[in-house]
Amino acid sequence: MNPIGNLNKIFESRIRLGVMSILMVNEEVNFNDLKQMLEVTDGNLASHLNTLEENGYLKVHKGFIGRKTNTTYAITPAGEKAFKGHLAALEHMIKFTR
Amino acid sequence: MTDQQHLQTITDIKRMMERSSRFISLSGLSGVAAGICGLAGAFIAKLIFDAYYVRYNLRGGYDEADFRNLKLNLVILGLCVLLAALGSGAFFTLRRVRKMQVSVWDMSARKLLINILIPLVTGGFFIAGLIYNHADVLVAPTSLIFYGLALINASKYTLSDVRYLGLCEIVVGLINLFFLRKGLYFWAIGFGVLHIVYGILMWWKYERKLTL
Repeated sequence: MNPIGNLNKIFESRIRLGVMSILMVNEEVNFNDLKQMLEVTDGNLASHLNTLEENGYLKVHKGFIGRKTNTTYAITPAGEKAFKGHLAALEHMIKFTR
Repeated sequence: MTDQQHLQTITDIKRMMERSSRFISLSGLSGVAAGICGLAGAFIAKLIFDAYYVRYNLRGGYDEADFRNLKLNLVILGLCVLLAALGSGAFFTLRRVRKMQVSVWDMSARKLLINILIPLVTGGFFIAGLIYNHADVLVAPTSLIFYGLALINASKYTLSDVRYLGLCEIVVGLINLFFLRKGLYFWAIGFGVLHIVYGILMWWKYERKLTL
């Protein structure tokens, strides 16, 4: 078995990995909080969030606070599974390549 | 990718998870400062009580107006101590946040604040009710117990060590329930001594190396 095959291509980006890490421990996080924590620009974050959403790893909820849009993100069961698989593959590689 | 990079990735993941869910910049010195405010407050309260009893003995009996005056002074003192403790606590935590170069007011700080305020505000109204109903002797144990519960609730959103401080506050509050008229001493222990001990322990555990 090739362990590298288990590493998820989608999580190769540090920003996408960061988004998933944050959403694993927080039920729902809005766009601005993600931006602040990951220290990225709007456009950059939006494109990464899109990729994650297209792969079915994120649920997006568009809401309003007053007149301002408030978009929140949550992890889907598929996203959780993929993230855990990726972590396991990382651990496996560290253990067995020594 | 090399092993080194994989390890780095896992460290990044852990850091992100932690930073997004817990407010870890709380300074131990904040605890010490709050404790000193608590002790000073208890000392001033003792002076106020002593003066009241001197007047009581001179008069040779109870006086409604003087008792109301005593209560008012103690409530004002309590609020001042609370403000001083929060202010000095915020000072040291802000100082640490600046040193760590992270933002103070992020998601984790907001969560911590909301979750500590729910039991604390509940306790505040409960105590106001106790005073209103002249159950003054219950004020000290009630405040200790609600404060302990608030800390335990908050411990999920900050350093988990806060949980033990919360448990100690509850124990002190419960013992106080069986020594009702000694509330001031239990307050001094709960809000003064425990904070100072906790603050020093936390500073030793997390900040000592950063400062030296």
